[in-house]
Amino acid sequence: MSEPKNNPMLQVSHLAKRFEGIVATDDIVLDVAAGELHAVIGPNGAGKTTLIAQLSGQLTPDSGRIHFAGNDITQLPMYRRSALGLARSFQITSLFLDLSVLDNVALAVQAQAGHSFHFWRNARAEPELREPGRALLARVGLSDRADWPASVLSHGEHRQLELAMALAGSPRMLLLDEPMAGLGPEESARMVEMLRALKKELTILLVEHDMEAVFALADRITVLVYGRVIASGAPADIRANAAVRDAYLGEAEAEGAGHG
Amino acid sequence: MTLIIEQCLNGLQFGLLLFLLAAGLTLVFGIMDLVNLAHGSLYMIGAYFAATFAAWTGSFVLGAVLALVATLMVGMAVEVIAMRRLYGRDHLDHVLATFGLILFFDESVRLIWGPEGMSLPLPSWLNRSVQILPGVNYSAYRLSIIVVTLAVAAFLYVLVMRTRMGMLIRAGASNREMVGALGVNIKLLYTLVFGLGAALAGLAGLMQAPILTVQIGMGENILILAFVITVIGGIGSIRGALVAAIFVGFVDTLGRAFFPDLLRMVLSKDAASTAAPALSSMLIYLLMAIVLVVKPEGLFSAGQK
Amino acid sequence: MTGWLSVRNIVIVALLAALLLLPVYVELGGNRFLLTLFTRIVILALAAGSLNLILGYGGMMSFGHAAYIGIGGYAVGILAHEGIFTGFVQWPVALAASALFALVIGALSLRTRGVYFIMITLAFAQMAYYIIAGLARYGGDDGLTIYKRSQFVAPIDLSNKVQFYYVCLALLYGSIYLIWRLVNSRFGLVIQGSRSNDTRMRAIGFPTYRYRLVCFVIAGTLCGLAGALLANHTDFVSPGIMYWTRSGDLIIMVVLGGMASPFGPLFGAVALLLFEEMLPFVIKLVGTPFFGEAAARASEYWQIIMGPLLLLVVLFARRGIDGLLAKVGAKGRA
Repeated sequence: MSEPKNNPMLQVSHLAKRFEGIVATDDIVLDVAAGELHAVIGPNGAGKTTLIAQLSGQLTPDSGRIHFAGNDITQLPMYRRSALGLARSFQITSLFLDLSVLDNVALAVQAQAGHSFHFWRNARAEPELREPGRALLARVGLSDRADWPASVLSHGEHRQLELAMALAGSPRMLLLDEPMAGLGPEESARMVEMLRALKKELTILLVEHDMEAVFALADRITVLVYGRVIASGAPADIRANAAVRDAYLGEAEAEGAGHG
Repeated sequence: MTLIIEQCLNGLQFGLLLFLLAAGLTLVFGIMDLVNLAHGSLYMIGAYFAATFAAWTGSFVLGAVLALVATLMVGMAVEVIAMRRLYGRDHLDHVLATFGLILFFDESVRLIWGPEGMSLPLPSWLNRSVQILPGVNYSAYRLSIIVVTLAVAAFLYVLVMRTRMGMLIRAGASNREMVGALGVNIKLLYTLVFGLGAALAGLAGLMQAPILTVQIGMGENILILAFVITVIGGIGSIRGALVAAIFVGFVDTLGRAFFPDLLRMVLSKDAASTAAPALSSMLIYLLMAIVLVVKPEGLFSAGQK
Repeated sequence: MTGWLSVRNIVIVALLAALLLLPVYVELGGNRFLLTLFTRIVILALAAGSLNLILGYGGMMSFGHAAYIGIGGYAVGILAHEGIFTGFVQWPVALAASALFALVIGALSLRTRGVYFIMITLAFAQMAYYIIAGLARYGGDDGLTIYKRSQFVAPIDLSNKVQFYYVCLALLYGSIYLIWRLVNSRFGLVIQGSRSNDTRMRAIGFPTYRYRLVCFVIAGTLCGLAGALLANHTDFVSPGIMYWTRSGDLIIMVVLGGMASPFGPLFGAVALLLFEEMLPFVIKLVGTPFFGEAAARASEYWQIIMGPLLLLVVLFARRGIDGLLAKVGAKGRA
């Protein structure tokens, strides 16, 4: 186990959540240092999405605490966490499908622009919203899709849009829930490059199944099985850890070989 | 004292009747995720069938049984013809389509039975009082309603908890696709469940017919109460529907009986008589508002939705 | 991109012009009944427009919207009954009462979603119905006659049918414009985003509850205005105008006309009311040569058609009249 730095950006202590007798996350202890890309891996059903849901505020933990940048955010409602600089992307595409691509990202910009009790001006004609939106689209490579309805984008482009929206508030930390999900080899490679570039600017907690991406990007890895942390440390240590191999990596390598 | 006992029994009886209605509503919503505004129409049809069949056969009980069967069949027919196309759609679609069904049923009833309404007289052996406690008499018919509905509640419990169909119902409520994937004939299951709901509504309608009325639009009035009960009890929970229904039955009946007197103690006679009916009607909704503030998913919600 | 000369725009302009010129047509010898009918259509279009704001744009499926028609109407009726005829008091009271009711109901209901929301708004609206129906002093179930319409300063005289029509029309056109500006503003985009994906909205930092509540109150207030107008139009109010099936009628208008479109509610109101007026007539007309007496009798039960018709709209014409017009226009250009 590597030593956590002092004053980690995100600190999770003894987080637990049950659903009607099923323990989804159990006594999770985890921390992410500033500037780190920390990956969370584990077999399906290990509680990874539940963990992200608790970190982002979608679910309230039954016990345990979450500290972000020194603040106790355990009970903080979802919409306040992004104001503090903690942003999240979703595993299952969660966009505004009946709006345009630019509308989607502009909304994310608008969310950080103070209150929205403005009833008259046409928001789609406001440069304070549209320009940063276009900039974000450029950053993820979706500039020429700006005026398309979000529903017609390909799956890979959805994931790019997801990322653009998560970046809208200039967050300090990103919670990424399986950004590679469903991407083909080319799109995955592109996403890895994008994440590599982002790494230099922000702290990232990455939940992923794609082992290639994980080992290419992660500074530290935590392994979850049945809601519990079974190992945590540098990628090389995790690769060598017997318990992890048994529980997970063996299965994942087989999978990985499948769609390499 | 006798008055209080009588009103309590009335409250229980009313509550149990409402339970029949709410159980069907919550079942259909819990399992098929279907908002059915026309549930009250099935209640109305049950009453009309009963009045008609009782008149034809001369027997109250026979008329009731036939009405039950007829309502069951109408329910299943509606499911096959209309409801099937609505599964999986937006709730707004359900609301619109079933609202249209209400119009259709109301007009059809008007066409077939005329606008006047009907009556369903009680046979002599039910139309009397029974002594339940020394010095306390109660309507035999209302007593029989209590007995019948409790029996139905027990039957539902056994059905849902102990039989294979009940297990499918509970499984379907938590995970529709899985049950379908297991090779169970989902279509048939849904038709049966909807039919069951219809039969329950029809039973409620025909049982209250001798007490209240048989007329067009009777379903709409009581549907709201069924909704309130479903909200309080939690959608998808029959146990919740039972508890909430009895509670609502008590609050409504006792409220209407004693609240005006309570008001008269506090306000002037005039103000009390103006305000009483209005405020008594409000009690149930106040109750619902309180439940919502404390526990928005209902007291016993089945979880998923 | 739709050109200016699309089928839909042509229909809209034609409709707006026709509504403007209707009284002229009636003056020149047209049927007086048309003025009464279209005043009612215009008022209900205003009500439907307010519902479109929360239902079409906001995705809030309120089944209790007719309550505000009742509240607005009874504000006028009750004040008139007590001898206060000035519109400068009546109408603000109607608006304030509607706003207050919407605030309380919205605050409670908007904590829930989906089916619960539908049932709760329905229940609260019925509660309002029962309360008003229980007020014996103001006519209870039988309703309340209004002997004098809302008084404003001369030259405005609402008892003049043509003037009243133009007042209603102006308010309708005004509300259409205001709503259009509202839904495209920052506030409006929050509402639309919340309809599209409320969880995502909260995740990116919007406290959606408060915005939806404000929207709910705006819609209720606007509908209260429609209620005040309706009370003046019929010189009468009864609890029946706020019975829950009236809320269903409003929903039908919004969906039939085309949700989340600025003129959808107007299309819906025109279509539904003309349908209600004309269908029995058409049945009689078309059926009598073939079925004689039976056709006349059958035309009394025309409502039977509404049911299956709604089902068909839901299954095949979900985007309503506005959607159909847009489709026709698109085909034309291809």
